[in-house]
Amino acid sequence: MQTSVTSFNPTFAFNTLPPDWPGNFWLHWLVFTIILIAFIIVSVIMFIWFERRLIGRFQIRLGPNRVGPFGLFQAIADVIKILTKEDIVPQKADKVVFWLAPLVALVPVLMVFAVVPLQSGAMLVDLNIGILYVVALSSIVSIGIFMAGWGSNNKYSIIGAMRDVAQLISYEIPLVLSIVGVVLLTGSLSLTEIVGAQNIPFILLQPIGFFVFFIGSLAEINRCPFDLVEAESEIIAGYNIEFSGSKFATFFLAEYSEAVLLSALTATLFLGGWSGPLLPPILWLLIKMFAVFAIIIWIRSTLPRFRIDQMMAFAWKFLLPLALINLLLTSLQIVFWPEASSWIIVLLSFAILVALILVWSKSFKPGGNKVGI
Amino acid sequence: MTLKTEPFVINLGPVHPSTHGVFRLRATLDGEVVMDIEPIIGYLHRGIEKIAEGRNYKQDIPLTDRLDYVASMSNNLPYVMAVEKLAEIAVPERAEYIRIIMAEMQRIASHLLAVGSLANDLGTFFTPFQYMFREREKIVDLFEMVCGQRLLYNYMRFGGVSHDIPDEFIPALCKLVSTMPGFIDEYDQLLAENEILLARLKGVGILPKELAINSSVSGPMLRASGVEWDIRKVDSYSVYDRFNFDIPTEVIGDCYDRYRVRIQEMRQSVRILEQAIEQLPPGEVLAKVSPRLKPPVGEAYAHIEAPKGELGFYLVSDNSEKPYRLHIRAPSLINLTALREMVIGWKLADAIVIFGSIDICLGEVDR
Repeated sequence: MQTSVTSFNPTFAFNTLPPDWPGNFWLHWLVFTIILIAFIIVSVIMFIWFERRLIGRFQIRLGPNRVGPFGLFQAIADVIKILTKEDIVPQKADKVVFWLAPLVALVPVLMVFAVVPLQSGAMLVDLNIGILYVVALSSIVSIGIFMAGWGSNNKYSIIGAMRDVAQLISYEIPLVLSIVGVVLLTGSLSLTEIVGAQNIPFILLQPIGFFVFFIGSLAEINRCPFDLVEAESEIIAGYNIEFSGSKFATFFLAEYSEAVLLSALTATLFLGGWSGPLLPPILWLLIKMFAVFAIIIWIRSTLPRFRIDQMMAFAWKFLLPLALINLLLTSLQIVFWPEASSWIIVLLSFAILVALILVWSKSFKPGGNKVGI
Repeated sequence: MTLKTEPFVINLGPVHPSTHGVFRLRATLDGEVVMDIEPIIGYLHRGIEKIAEGRNYKQDIPLTDRLDYVASMSNNLPYVMAVEKLAEIAVPERAEYIRIIMAEMQRIASHLLAVGSLANDLGTFFTPFQYMFREREKIVDLFEMVCGQRLLYNYMRFGGVSHDIPDEFIPALCKLVSTMPGFIDEYDQLLAENEILLARLKGVGILPKELAINSSVSGPMLRASGVEWDIRKVDSYSVYDRFNFDIPTEVIGDCYDRYRVRIQEMRQSVRILEQAIEQLPPGEVLAKVSPRLKPPVGEAYAHIEAPKGELGFYLVSDNSEKPYRLHIRAPSLINLTALREMVIGWKLADAIVIFGSIDICLGEVDR
């Protein structure tokens, strides 16, 4: 029987196994799952350490420096502390939702890593719809956060959860549109091919796209200035206010894994992924990830938080038009001027980015006034 | 189809990161919009006014430290001034200057804390707060130099101050005075040129002039609403009439104006400090006062411009060793009365910021 989706069979993605890997799919699957989980956990620990040390420097203090050399084992000590804490479930909580929420938040993030290339061909599966898979799965995290907010039966957490949903719906659109620019240039949705196509890193060819993507990803991982979901000074801890012990640790892991993921994606989509001279590819990827994360930390330790309506206005009135203009310009260039020299495009795009931001930020008003009651 | 929604009540505090102590705000929210608030105070009530009636005049000085515990020097001052008025004690000139130096340093320290915690309420993850604390630390070091304490100073006495300033104090103060304006400018630039901060502060939580006067608010809050009212000028006490300084005022009375008034007041305090160092006379710092002071029957009210507003002490004496009645006009408590009008209609996040911009200290609100 013929179906319209002819290429859909479960093994379609695995035909592209790299030649130097053992041909046995299951062996590959086993080895890579272990490698990926180890990679995520170690990256998360390193990110936590890096963030705490760097924020310490920004705040004229030292940061953790007691546990192990340079305080490197601080995160491990913290994990031991969190895991041995009492696991409290509120009496009026929706138990099933409350229990499931941390898992729903964590698992999609781990799954997304399956398509992130650590170096040429080193990935669990080289999906030909890789970037679509990434976008689709990383949105599920929000469901986990909303379940947490709903399930804990706490007013603060439901406010946090509502904010998260609003934030996700707003920021997913510019985020995806900014990725489309990259996809247009590459002509493929596969992350390996996106990296392969970057003779010049796409941050130079797609500065507007990078700008929108980076801000969108800040909102996606609930980082400052979009950390309204867990705004400490307003709703204390937001969605995870009622969570303790291993459930809280799971949320924490999910949050930082998402940060690792978005740093890796930014590196892959815009900074040339693993490619780079001299050093081994995986090291290049890590360097780029840490560079991206350092900027995220810098922003976190500097900027105040948006208000909810300002954040929404920023997404719809500022980022979305920018993303659409970027999409339009990229398509026009591909259709009408495909033979243009890259460096001319680099110069043009940066000029357009600066002009757009200048004009836009003058006319953009975050708005949000007093509501008459 | 419209969804049926209903407002819900949320308790902000008494244990909440942004209530600056144990303040409780019962807020009725419609989604994110604050429809009504009800401040509930009293979690830190220690009955200081009643305790004061059971101890003698001198023993009450440490109690005043516990009011606005981030500005203890300013709390000592009006109390000893009230007792001096009651018992007609003359204060040596040098002591008056030292008191003013302490009070103005305390004003800078308190405003630094106010700006830092306002930035914290805005969600800046402690960075401005830490920088403000670095500057405050220098002032606290100076206080430690003169009285050995870092938080609750218990420094002022009837007829002067407890110790003369040590020799190394004036050079250290000169260094502070010469570097502080640079730091204030730098922090002001870092904060007030941030677009997000401006968007969060400008036009938010406006307190109109009439409402400000009618709710009897005082201090930076009143001046931000455009009323030029400063006890140091309108009812000059101590030797403030010998210094040149301006009263910074703003027009609109929003959170940004309150922030701006505080920044400018710090600059004015530095100006006063500079002049005080120049004019500081030699001599005694403590007049001879009986330790078992028995003021004549009568009453006295002394008020000063404390960092948070008009701080007044009302004393009634029945010619015994203990005050018959002590009443404290705490600026934080009275400034808080205008909160409801400012907050209603704004978002929850704004409510926190407006509350932070009032700059209260719960030790003073609850007493």
